Amino acid sequence: MPKDDGIGAATVRREDVRFLTGVGQYTDDIKAYGETVAVFARSTVANGVIKSIDTTTAAGMPGVLAIFTGEDFAEVGGNPAGWLINSRDGTPMHEPKRPVLAHGKVRHVGDAYAAVIAETLEQAKNAVEAIEADIEELDAIVNMKDALAGSNYVHDEIGTNQCFDWGWIEDNRDATDAAIKGAHHVTTLELVNNRLVPNAMEPRSSRAEYKAAGDEYVLHTTSQNPHLTRLLISAFVLGIPENKLTVIAPDVGGGFGSKIYHYGEEALVLAAAKKLGRPVTWTADRTEAFLTDAHGRDHVTKIELAMDAEGNFLAFRTETLANVGAYLSNFSTATPTFLHGTLMAGNYTVPNVYVNVKAVFTNTAPVDAYRGAGRPEATYSLERVIDKAAREIGRDPIELRRQNFIKPDQYPFASAAGLEYDSGNYDALMDKMEEVADMAGFAARRKASEAKGLLRGFGVNAYIEACGIAPSNLVGVLGSRVGLYDAATVRVNATGNLSVMVGAHSHGQGHETAFPQVVAEMLGIDASTIDIVHGDTSKIPFGMGTYGSRSLAVCGSAVVRATEKVINKAKKIAAHMLEVSDGDIELKDGQFSVAGTDKSVSFGEVALKAYIPHEFPLEDIEPGLEETAFYDPANFTYPSGAYCCEVELDPETGKVSVERMTAVDDFGNVINPMIVTGQVHGGLGQGIGQALLENTTYDENGQLLSASYMDYTMPRADDLPFYTVDHSQGNPCTHNPLGVKGCGEAGAIGSPPTVVNAVIDAMQSGGKNVTHIDMPVTPHRVWSAMQNA
Amino acid sequence: MYAFDIERPATIGEAVSALTGEAMVLSGGQTLIPTLKSRLADPGKLVSLSGIGEMKGIGLSGRDLQIGGGTVHADVAADGSYKALSELASNIGDPAVRSRGTIGGSIANNDPAACYPAAALASGAIIVTNTREIAADDYFQGMFETALNEGEIVTAVKFPIPDAANYQKFVQPASRFALVGVFVAKYADGVRVAVTGASNEGVHRWTAAEEALTANFSVSALEGLSVSADNLISDLHGSPEYRAHLIKVMTGRAVTAAS
Ligand SMILES: Cc1cc2nc3c(=O)[nH]c(=O)nc-3n(C[C@H](O)[C@H](O)[C@H](O)COP(=O)(O)OP(=O)(O)OC[C@H]3O[C@@H](n4cnc5c(N)ncnc54)[C@H](O)[C@@H]3O)c2cc1C
Repeated sequence: MPKDDGIGAATVRREDVRFLTGVGQYTDDIKAYGETVAVFARSTVANGVIKSIDTTTAAGMPGVLAIFTGEDFAEVGGNPAGWLINSRDGTPMHEPKRPVLAHGKVRHVGDAYAAVIAETLEQAKNAVEAIEADIEELDAIVNMKDALAGSNYVHDEIGTNQCFDWGWIEDNRDATDAAIKGAHHVTTLELVNNRLVPNAMEPRSSRAEYKAAGDEYVLHTTSQNPHLTRLLISAFVLGIPENKLTVIAPDVGGGFGSKIYHYGEEALVLAAAKKLGRPVTWTADRTEAFLTDAHGRDHVTKIELAMDAEGNFLAFRTETLANVGAYLSNFSTATPTFLHGTLMAGNYTVPNVYVNVKAVFTNTAPVDAYRGAGRPEATYSLERVIDKAAREIGRDPIELRRQNFIKPDQYPFASAAGLEYDSGNYDALMDKMEEVADMAGFAARRKASEAKGLLRGFGVNAYIEACGIAPSNLVGVLGSRVGLYDAATVRVNATGNLSVMVGAHSHGQGHETAFPQVVAEMLGIDASTIDIVHGDTSKIPFGMGTYGSRSLAVCGSAVVRATEKVINKAKKIAAHMLEVSDGDIELKDGQFSVAGTDKSVSFGEVALKAYIPHEFPLEDIEPGLEETAFYDPANFTYPSGAYCCEVELDPETGKVSVERMTAVDDFGNVINPMIVTGQVHGGLGQGIGQALLENTTYDENGQLLSASYMDYTMPRADDLPFYTVDHSQGNPCTHNPLGVKGCGEAGAIGSPPTVVNAVIDAMQSGGKNVTHIDMPVTPHRVWSAMQNA
Repeated sequence: MYAFDIERPATIGEAVSALTGEAMVLSGGQTLIPTLKSRLADPGKLVSLSGIGEMKGIGLSGRDLQIGGGTVHADVAADGSYKALSELASNIGDPAVRSRGTIGGSIANNDPAACYPAAALASGAIIVTNTREIAADDYFQGMFETALNEGEIVTAVKFPIPDAANYQKFVQPASRFALVGVFVAKYADGVRVAVTGASNEGVHRWTAAEEALTANFSVSALEGLSVSADNLISDLHGSPEYRAHLIKVMTGRAVTAAS
């Protein structure tokens, strides 16, 4: 070691070969004899009472095999929320039932109220058009403030549109209020964290098969989280025993959070497959994806920052309205609370933090975790208000941040928002950022822009986030209804190659390349002899899914633990073969050797021995070489970073372009720097998309105006600059065996405030006293802001 | 999509006879196919123009450029004899759209945010159909509205090449059609300015700018002018006031680029 495919090697992603040559296997690629197709009838109104649904004509149409309505699922369970939040007064949140198909009422445009199963897609669509649904449209509840004030409810049975009113930390409230009251300077900012549509390249798809012989079901589905999906279907929705239900997430074309959750379509195809005894597949079209995938963000926030006369941060106080949409998606209640409020101390020694979040039901698509999930909202609020404060008190934004940073000798650091940060060095990140971003050259670049009639702005940001989700004991206390460990089985086959079954599904993260690097490093063998198996509940011990940048920190740690067990056992076998005690065996470069001698056996020889246990000490060692480990983290991991960017702004049209973008991140140890860089690039693209382009808009009737790519702007390559990405400043995580922190979301967390801060700086440099602008910073918004300034 | 039959005639005459009942013409399909896929049209029969050789190609005689209605954007982009027009074509959609989409389809569809209508109107082009020739001023009649009769086919568009011209397109960020597009063309007998993307009435001329620029072809000629926001489009991407502002900005930029 170091090997060219071990820890730290920029190995190319082996999975890309099948993706780039078009031989990946996605849910909709899976076909067998007797395939049928499901198509859903979806509400065109945001709020309505289902008076009647007449399926008679539709049922008689060519090719139609079955039709389901909400009635058919009235007796089965609902799709539950995975996290219980208690309100400040101690009462539990409201949890209205989320049925498989809408029953009684439709609650958002796209809410499914019926499904047709037919021989072909066109036949199913024809029949859906022939369903006669009498739905009486009601006034839509769209705006969160109106929803809280009015007496028109998304769910009549709960008599309010407020899901919960959460305070964090309630005991800090008075001290925070007092600190703000007595402060030398208070900066206040009201902002919107815009709703985003996830837009995975592969739309959601689910295919069910029922095998009457064993009363067994197989569900292929676009999931980031197949075990959780199985658990929810078994324990809550359909009651299919877990050992009769296999859930397989094959290749999945991106998720970004939207595929963590269980959706009603999965239950529908399972029920239909059993009824018909034939495979049933549903695949969303792009419009369905826009209307029904769980959306992201959608916060309206007021934040206050209190400072003393020297610019020391005294308190952050936040009031947020968080839109949960029409139904609670599985983690929709955790995202605006524990994934957001706990990060509201940022990178700072601020002593007082208080966060109030009211979650609000509206007649819009459900909102849940989307790349970053809560932490982008926290970072955006903090880093925008700090920037505004710096301007108000005439301080350099970098200096003001540095003054308030937690210092390297303060770890472990108990933040005022309730987390214990294990490691970090925010000044070092800032130093590196100033260096690689060539900040010294900014003045000249601004001049050059001005010579073209353009304004140039510089924006900076520091973030911390919590990944490696999460210690089960801690989240259990906080209301999580699941544990957040992960699991791995390392199976050494007789011929010496390995199958590693991991709980974390890979859908763009490169697990199939990175995880073998870890095992190869530990065993001293070639990574190409190690394959990852993921996404199939019948093959994998268990898994809690891929999200929250947890795969390597949590599942990777389980891989390490299982590999350690394999090594221990292999040493015993080697000791037996070499006729020494196992304490004398050393493993190096794939050879088990007796310390201080030239006697050794290879890893392959040991593997073979394990499966052909002739002359084997069966009284001490079992045959075989396969070990499983479950890993439950001791703490979150805390990636952090310093980001900056430069924008050019055309004052005549309001168009903003990001010209330079620098991301310096502390991800702890890095297993594969190329994959990490790629993850940052993707996150930056999504963050810049949120900052400048992605505009999810419902009109007052609850119609999604941006329901296609004609109106919803996805970032394209030419909207994005070349990035400068650096992860040389890693401070290893202190509590997981790899010292890794997680890199999947950082880019999407760190970039939005960076871009908006730069836009403000550009407008200010043009003599326009604009102090805030909401995302997405469209040309129209910039132009309007500058007109009015 | 709903089921449909398709015919592939080899001549304009055959195409005209095939256009019976609800049948629709299919050219590049870049607008029509998405419409069919969304089940927003149910023509029963499509008559494809893609096999009609006489509708393809670009001919230059003197200062007159004739482009067959079936000519794809990529071919116009590559031609270069009318530079501003080629630049416009090179900036429509993406390579796939430009390789399939046709000028005839664009002119026939008359999307209020499309590019070619601005070029045709600013150039005083002649729209040639299977039955007649129509002046651009008479042809464009509002959003998606044209002078075409039922079953009439745009077989060619004739452009008189101006002395100077330029098209400025400020893109709607999602679709990258024109949020506001302005085509300025300068001829010996005057300047014409056509605006797309902006108005509830579709592509139209900005006559006040034409007069000012005819008198003095420079940005300064526009200084005193302002555009009324009345009847301009209001949507997610811009207010009428913003579009009015952009019309002037884009006109100025087109003049600068053309000068
Ligand atoms: C992703 C994308 C981006 C685009 N961006 C732009 C852009 O930036 N600017 C822009 O201007 N356009 C843009 N377009 C539209 C593109 O230029 C289309 O090709 C064009 O509008 C229609 O031409 P077509 O040949 O594809 O026509 P089709 O889609 O085949 O037909 C369109 C309509 O016109 C009728 N029709 C077609 N040909 C004729 C004819 N010769 N005579 C009579 N009727 C006819 C059809 O019956 C149909 O109703 C874009 C399209 C896409 C898909």
